[in-house]
Amino acid sequence: MSALVGAPVDRVDGRLKVTGAAKYSAEVAVPNLAYGVLVLSTVADGRISAVDDAAVRRMPGVVAVMTPANAPRVNASGPQVGYPVLRVLQDDLVHYDRQPVAVVVADTFERATDAAAALRVRYAAVAAPATRIADAPAYKPAQVHGKDADTRKGDAEAALATAAVHVDNVYTTPVEHHNPMEPHATIALWEGDRLTVYDATQGVIGARRKLAAVFGLPTENVRVVSRFIGGGFGSKGSSWPHVTLASMAAKMTNRPVKIVLSRPQMFGSIGHRPQTVQRVALAAGRDGKLTAVVHQTTAHTSVFDEFVEPSGLISTVLYGTPSLLVTHRAVRLNTATPTYMRAPGESSGSFALESAMDELAYALGVDPVELRVRNDTDRDADGLPFSSRSLVQSLRAGAERIGWSRRDPRPRSMRDGNLLVGLGVAAASYPMNRSAASASVQLRADGSVLARSAGVDIGTGAYTVFSQVVADTLGVPVQRVRMELGDSAFPTAPNAGGSALTASAGSALKLAALDVRAKLAVLDGVDPTTLASTNGDTLVAILRKHGSDSVEGRADAKPGDEKKNYAMHSFGAQFAEVRVDPELGTVRLARFVNAFGAGRILNEKTAKSQYLGGAVWGIGMALLEHTRFDERSGRIMNANLGEYLVPVNADVPMVESIIVPEDDPHVNEIGVKGIGEIGIVGAAAAIANAVYHATGRRVRDLPITTEKLLG
Amino acid sequence: MKAFRYAQAHDVASAMATVAADPGALYVAGGTNVIDLMKEYVEQPSLLVDITHLPLRGIDAAPRGVRVGSLALMSDVADHPAVARDFPAVSQALLLSASPQLRNMATIGGNVMQRTRCAYFRDASQPCNKRVPGSGCPAIGGVNRQHAVVGGSDHCICTHPSDLAVALLAVDAIVHVRGRSGERTIPFERFHVLPGATPQRETVLEHGDLITAVELPASAHARNSYYLKVRDRASYEFALVSVAAALDVAGGTVRAARVALGGVAPKPWRSHDAEAALVGRSASASTFADAAHAATRGMRGYGQNDFKIALTQRAVARALAHAGGAA
Repeated sequence: MSALVGAPVDRVDGRLKVTGAAKYSAEVAVPNLAYGVLVLSTVADGRISAVDDAAVRRMPGVVAVMTPANAPRVNASGPQVGYPVLRVLQDDLVHYDRQPVAVVVADTFERATDAAAALRVRYAAVAAPATRIADAPAYKPAQVHGKDADTRKGDAEAALATAAVHVDNVYTTPVEHHNPMEPHATIALWEGDRLTVYDATQGVIGARRKLAAVFGLPTENVRVVSRFIGGGFGSKGSSWPHVTLASMAAKMTNRPVKIVLSRPQMFGSIGHRPQTVQRVALAAGRDGKLTAVVHQTTAHTSVFDEFVEPSGLISTVLYGTPSLLVTHRAVRLNTATPTYMRAPGESSGSFALESAMDELAYALGVDPVELRVRNDTDRDADGLPFSSRSLVQSLRAGAERIGWSRRDPRPRSMRDGNLLVGLGVAAASYPMNRSAASASVQLRADGSVLARSAGVDIGTGAYTVFSQVVADTLGVPVQRVRMELGDSAFPTAPNAGGSALTASAGSALKLAALDVRAKLAVLDGVDPTTLASTNGDTLVAILRKHGSDSVEGRADAKPGDEKKNYAMHSFGAQFAEVRVDPELGTVRLARFVNAFGAGRILNEKTAKSQYLGGAVWGIGMALLEHTRFDERSGRIMNANLGEYLVPVNADVPMVESIIVPEDDPHVNEIGVKGIGEIGIVGAAAAIANAVYHATGRRVRDLPITTEKLLG
Repeated sequence: MKAFRYAQAHDVASAMATVAADPGALYVAGGTNVIDLMKEYVEQPSLLVDITHLPLRGIDAAPRGVRVGSLALMSDVADHPAVARDFPAVSQALLLSASPQLRNMATIGGNVMQRTRCAYFRDASQPCNKRVPGSGCPAIGGVNRQHAVVGGSDHCICTHPSDLAVALLAVDAIVHVRGRSGERTIPFERFHVLPGATPQRETVLEHGDLITAVELPASAHARNSYYLKVRDRASYEFALVSVAAALDVAGGTVRAARVALGGVAPKPWRSHDAEAALVGRSASASTFADAAHAATRGMRGYGQNDFKIALTQRAVARALAHAGGAA
């Protein structure tokens, strides 16, 4: 734990994954398994009038057809169940396209699929759905992610009216779907009133709590296991209807039931990034110092549940300003409930704020990097000092790496043959999140270590960095550590979400490993300080000396009052270099540079993978991703990876990531801030700003597609 | 997918007899399109007749042209030296198609027979005149960014997805078909048909007909052809607009020209207007600009796809400049 940037240790689970030995949730072998296939609605607002299931029940291998008429009753909503409210066959109402309206269970996946396709569901009272922000009234949510929907400081509108220079524009972002590689999958198994679920989830503890509430069970009767995850990005952060439906079907059929979503079904009830309409107005003096920031967001939620995209929160953190107005409003549309999607709020909000900063830079005639440097601040909007903040260092390091000094600021001034060249920058920020977590670490007399946490490795490298934390704390080689994750029977941990798992469970693992040292000191009758930094072999020798097979350390770690004293965030800067074909309107990335200060980096290699992945996501957000609705029917019309475009290798240029070293003693026991999300935060704005520099066209509506650059 | 029977054919005659005997039968070769559609219940064949073992895989180059067996793989045709040399647009179109994995499976015959990517066609729960004649065309007034700006009808505005077909049109390819009454040849321009009131019909083939080969006749314009594909992402995507331009230029004057368009019509679209604006004129930027403008004659947008008209014009000018050696 001494180095600020940890060794680039290879993934400890890499071999398991590339050889297929890592078993994902859908691959767990369960005897007598039946296969459930969801039937999804084909209207976005209406009522199920009939389900013609008689013929389907007679199809070969069909075990059950579960519909609103015969589905077991469960607690689908309410304070215990919380978010998300589940539309799980408890009534005949349909509120969105691809809502589950039945589950067909059969003895093979193929038979279940065929029977599900044959099931005819009839609808009545089909109404014209609301699918656009403008289609429904906006309301002020009671809260936005635990905070008031509005933040006010001074009189921003008045400052705007009297400013020397101001920009005031509306930015829009579309619905996007997460599309992790691994589809959502659940196997549910009942033994009496005990439920075991193998689930592709980002958090087994949250899933267990949800299932216990839905089925009215004591928490200890539910076990959720999630050993390996093929990406989640927030879409596996909540237990969506298929998890409950698999459990309901298993109960109804008295057999274990597996449900795996198809790719088109992954545009249904597993969340999405909501569409946003954001007004951002910035005012500044001639010196480039901000005098007002206004960031007003309207985002959509579903008609039966509430998720509000917190796009404006980044404006309370990124720059200093004497006056600030941040508001969040929501609109209820006939869509599934939106959810957390990689940097929820920050990524959509940064597109608006950081595009506006670029516009302000041009209005002022100030370099965009310099403008951001001038508006650096040491306190957030609540007046709290930052525990550490490397925005300026990141801007400088990134600018140097991409060669910012060669940039002629005039739009359309740089060319590469017939192509227009653009360089753009955006700042990024993401909060340090942390929750209570526990861990156990067992040192054995053979020198091996077994460490456990309920936390889930969603592909980020948690198995690896946690092994490093334990190995480092005990002074043993990382190969000796066996890290076990993803079982609700293990010590508690929060979701792998909000970039919080490493800070949370990693801190607990460090404390548990220190507890091993403390217990050995007791065993050996020595002062604990004498074992504070001895190596692992010495610790094992103590065990052997006393004839013990093992010693187990346990620890609970939780945040204290530090957030009352400090604002804690990662900061960074992202730079894009684009080539734009001026006639055809196509944009291709030529280079991308990240620079982030995000506390201690446990593993340089897995960290850079997160930053690279964030950039890839940002490229998709900037140029490609857009869930398209037929506004007449409310149906999603590109629910596959052929038409919902994500970047392919050819779209991703050289992505360079600079780690700005940070030693932050305030954030947590291991000094980390979390790195899973900040990589996308500024990417879309950096690219949009580069497109403006290349073309002179300011695209304020994502994604930046050909038609927006023609003409 | 719906359960189906499977038969492996060992000779052309028995393959054709097996398909002809069952109105629900389909040929399958690489399976890269039909299997997808079966998974979506868009195609529900009673019988798949696997023709991958038929001796139709050869690529034969001769001075008068190249004869490509219908079961030749996209990757093999793209890399064939005679194709790359004498029909560059064909090779380029293939290499800009799909992904290497798909090109290693998909065949030339299957490629020209592939079905539209129209989202309404591919969603069996929605109306579509092509899938269910008379049910309507929701793409008109709906999500139609990828749809046709020319050649469509009130019944269908889909686009043909093949890149290869656009290039084949520009090099005057000839389709060899074995049918009930023996072998016949079909000029590529007459192979696909426009939707009109019967969008379910896409080619002139009858049930049971089998494509045996695609012939590429050598020509000066084919040798001087170029394929331009415009799409949102850099790879692995269907065209928004594509252009196959083929020019025979002598002494600075265009002697022969072909301008074929993809992504804009329900079939690979040949612009005779653009060609007329080229032949007999100097191979210059202004001629190409005139031809590009002519290529958009008669085009109309349906909302989301309005931009394709301007994009077509620019893409045609660009492709002609490449084929004419000016770019």
